[in-house]
Amino acid sequence: MVGIDEQDVVARPGGAASPRRVQRVPMGLMIPAAAGLAFLVLPLAGLLIRAPWTTLPRRLTEPGVLTALRLSLQTATTATGVCLVLGVPLAWLLARVEFPGRRLVRALVTVPLVLPPVVGGVALLLAFGRNGLIGRWLDSTFGFTLPFTTAGVVVAEAFVAMPFLVIAVEGALRGADIRYEEAAATLGSDRWTTFIRVTLPLVAPGIAAGALLCWARALGEFGATITFAGNFPGRTQTMPLAVYLALETDLQAAIVLSLILLIVSVAILALLRDRWLTAP
Amino acid sequence: MSTPWVRTALAGLTALAVAGLAGCGGGSGSANSPSSASAGGKVTGKVTVFAAASLTESFTRIGRDFQAAHPGTKVTFSFAGSSDLATQINQGAPADVFASAAPANMKTVTDAGNGAGKPTTFVQNQLVIAVPKGNPKGIRRLSDLTRKGTKVALCAEQVPCGAAAKKALSSAGVKLRPVTQEQDVKAALSKVTLGEVDAALVYRTDTRSAAKDVQGIEFPESKNAINDYPIVVLKDAPNRAAAKAFVDYVLSAKGKAVLTRAGFQAP
Repeated sequence: MVGIDEQDVVARPGGAASPRRVQRVPMGLMIPAAAGLAFLVLPLAGLLIRAPWTTLPRRLTEPGVLTALRLSLQTATTATGVCLVLGVPLAWLLARVEFPGRRLVRALVTVPLVLPPVVGGVALLLAFGRNGLIGRWLDSTFGFTLPFTTAGVVVAEAFVAMPFLVIAVEGALRGADIRYEEAAATLGSDRWTTFIRVTLPLVAPGIAAGALLCWARALGEFGATITFAGNFPGRTQTMPLAVYLALETDLQAAIVLSLILLIVSVAILALLRDRWLTAP
Repeated sequence: MSTPWVRTALAGLTALAVAGLAGCGGGSGSANSPSSASAGGKVTGKVTVFAAASLTESFTRIGRDFQAAHPGTKVTFSFAGSSDLATQINQGAPADVFASAAPANMKTVTDAGNGAGKPTTFVQNQLVIAVPKGNPKGIRRLSDLTRKGTKVALCAEQVPCGAAAKKALSSAGVKLRPVTQEQDVKAALSKVTLGEVDAALVYRTDTRSAAKDVQGIEFPESKNAINDYPIVVLKDAPNRAAAKAFVDYVLSAKGKAVLTRAGFQAP
């Protein structure tokens, strides 16, 4: 590991009068970084290479595909909205308020991350199902049950995706300079006003990043959804469920469906990322 | 940021990945399981059996009996959905025997030239109506499932139990609107076990293995949608002699007895 290529030294375009030299990248970082990238990209390459591109437009016009895609986008977006409404205050609580058992609460928030999604789905059934802790009461009082409904899909996705938002926003809150909030307080602002007028604008990029992460996770959700909400076209069959069932009979169809979901989600994420996260 | 995207892609393609991995291990499988069939027809060594998930209980039992009858053998099972197993076998998974829950998945394997000889149908399975124990909704026949307020789970048409359900319902002239089309028969059954639906169409063997929570109601129209289970020794079986002995054991009176007790019927 002695000789390092001189090519590593690159002039940065648009630099000052004398071209700024980029630090040499240590091989100890470069090699694992390249391996990591390859590891993440290779399965994607497999998907792209095996894809029957010619049938893609035809698949897109199949009514079932568009229904599943629309349902996926709608439920993932709604779930992200639910996560924002509930998750941002939760993140604020964890970052700004000292209370006994805070570490335990923080650990509990990450439970859906470590829980296999299928187990999460069973847990949701035991809580919100027809015979569940709360679901039983919902059914007897309002005659309303969540499983096998589109609302159930949103619940499953929000359950699995919310930790991503909470962790991202809590990190942003901890990184934000607390003196702005203290200054607002000394000027007579109460905690609610400070949160709305100072804290939220301060951590807006963190919230946006968390929301994107949350949306992406919700879009790809499979296990909790199929377990809690079941699978019915137009009502609870999202794209990942459609892909799974296509895989039972037709590998090519499954690949095409995966690609459609992938292209749509990457396009939306790239668009939003540029708009929200690259602002100075 | 890319992890969830990759996860998205992987969610639908797990089976593909598993098949690929299994394919990589193909070479070493045979080296690790030396087999010998001596002059006396004695078989030894490792036998790897890929079997449909619905065979889990009965084949585990048969595997134990087989090992007792043939000392020196070791039977290893991989239980999964028949279509996943067929994909894995065609991708080069080192299996000796394939037992499928549907002829279609077996055909996938034999069409790819991966079967040694013709598959044999060793049992049949039939649909029943699974209801929670005690049958709270008083369901007696297939048409009862269409009553208002009755929630029913079916398997998706893409999996064997869903195809069978569709056939049975159409032959009975019953138009049923399920609340969900589950990804496999065990998932449909679990919706009954958890009390989320009032009934599901599953195999008789599934209600037997979950007899603690559910009961099965036979219905005459299921005769029109009987599922054949074929079994075959695979062409690239690392231990073909023992594989053949295992298939013979499944087809023997002893094997049949275990399968019948589980709720299967003779073909």
